[in-house]
Amino acid sequence: MLSSFIEMLNYNFILRAFLAGIIIAICSALIGSSLVLRKQSMIGDGLSHVAFGSAAIATILDLAPIEFSIPIVIIAAILILRLNQNSKINGDAAIAVLSASALALGTFLISVNRGTNIDLNAYLFGSILAIGQHDLIICAILGFIVVAIYLCLRRQIFAITFDEKFAKAIGLKTELYNTILAILCALIVVVGMRMLGALLISSLIIFPSLSALYLSKNYHQNIIISLIISVVCFIIGFTMSYAFNAPTGATIVLTNLIMLILCWIYNKLR
Amino acid sequence: MTALQAKHLSLRYGHHFVFKNLSFTVEDKDFLCIVGPNGSGKSTLLKCILGEIKPSSGKILFKNGSKNHHIGYLPQNTELNPIFPASVYEIVASGALNQIGPFTPYPKAKISSVLETLQLNTLKNKSFQELSGGQRQRVLLARALVASTDILILDEPSNNLDYKSKQDFYKILKKLNQTTTILMVTHDLDHHNLIGNKILSLDPNLPFFGSTSDYVRRIHAE
Repeated sequence: MLSSFIEMLNYNFILRAFLAGIIIAICSALIGSSLVLRKQSMIGDGLSHVAFGSAAIATILDLAPIEFSIPIVIIAAILILRLNQNSKINGDAAIAVLSASALALGTFLISVNRGTNIDLNAYLFGSILAIGQHDLIICAILGFIVVAIYLCLRRQIFAITFDEKFAKAIGLKTELYNTILAILCALIVVVGMRMLGALLISSLIIFPSLSALYLSKNYHQNIIISLIISVVCFIIGFTMSYAFNAPTGATIVLTNLIMLILCWIYNKLR
Repeated sequence: MTALQAKHLSLRYGHHFVFKNLSFTVEDKDFLCIVGPNGSGKSTLLKCILGEIKPSSGKILFKNGSKNHHIGYLPQNTELNPIFPASVYEIVASGALNQIGPFTPYPKAKISSVLETLQLNTLKNKSFQELSGGQRQRVLLARALVASTDILILDEPSNNLDYKSKQDFYKILKKLNQTTTILMVTHDLDHHNLIGNKILSLDPNLPFFGSTSDYVRRIHAE
């Protein structure tokens, strides 16, 4: 496996995808913990479908998919947040309506524009070939923004994740922090969708945090373990996909699933 | 000095009044117990004090005209995620976030002093998941104290506590009340008779605001 790992990094396009993947794995683990612990894991899933719809529109209009999708997915993230907090519609139902509609729109547009030669599978399941030099630069910039904001606000994010009512009562700007979290989640989904695909990117947000829950005793530990699991599973999954010529996104998700099962077994046995 | 004053407070949804023309004053170091049957508006009144709900009419005034940000709040334990991986120290320290910026370290001396007062020093590295009901309440009380020692607002803190834990918890509250104003929503009349000096009853059949001894006399008279 080590030889496969060294060999694959000799290819420039694989090296780009690898670096982008590491950045996405770090960012998704940071934000994922908060979403999972607040029982809002499905937000990532909903946003990924919105990202798919907007990427489809961008491609048909011959625009850059990432740049076009970022504002749209951010608006969708804020909308989902508001629907969750204020609407009479159940939060899960609101996410389902938004995500199914966006997925349907994307599929419809791609299907009726076959002349534009869009590969539906690349958007749904991701492709390492999709990561160009430009994508890697955008990924690095957005990754830096996500990590920097998270590090600055980690204690506030902990407070609203553990007990939002208390945080609000003592005067923390909970709505602002919730909006920032939603925006960070939107950024991760947009950059991650290129490689892992709309259907699988949310798993990178959810799985490492879930696995870390079985191993951690405090929040700080939870974040660190989640980060390690996310990066390790990405490297193993990425290398396996190269070695066995398997789809990258699916292999990474399956690696995460195996890790989740191992963590669950360890927790039961200890 | 007046710690909190509610003036002609009313809240209504449509034609239904949750409470109407409610006025009461809480002085420094008072221990006010808010009582009443289910649905009488106790929790809604707390939400108004915490700024979560805007009353339909009337005002809530805090000491020195400040907003509600100097409140230490202890929510009902049942509202928290029981499997949340957080240490006692992380939870208690988060109470200080209303006093510090993103780059300022936690006030360690203040946190240590509160941990010491509530005898939580030996538990500070323990996970919240591993604690008993009574220990969890002490942790949440410590967090509220780190947030503020001006006014503590407690929402049915004795729920889910066994008799011994309840007794211990009330002893702590009584001690804290020597320096801190406390507002507590409770169903537990046996205990608040012993520790609270004022009662606000939202019972529509027995509306009352005054001293605990007067309230007890009135109950006996009826």
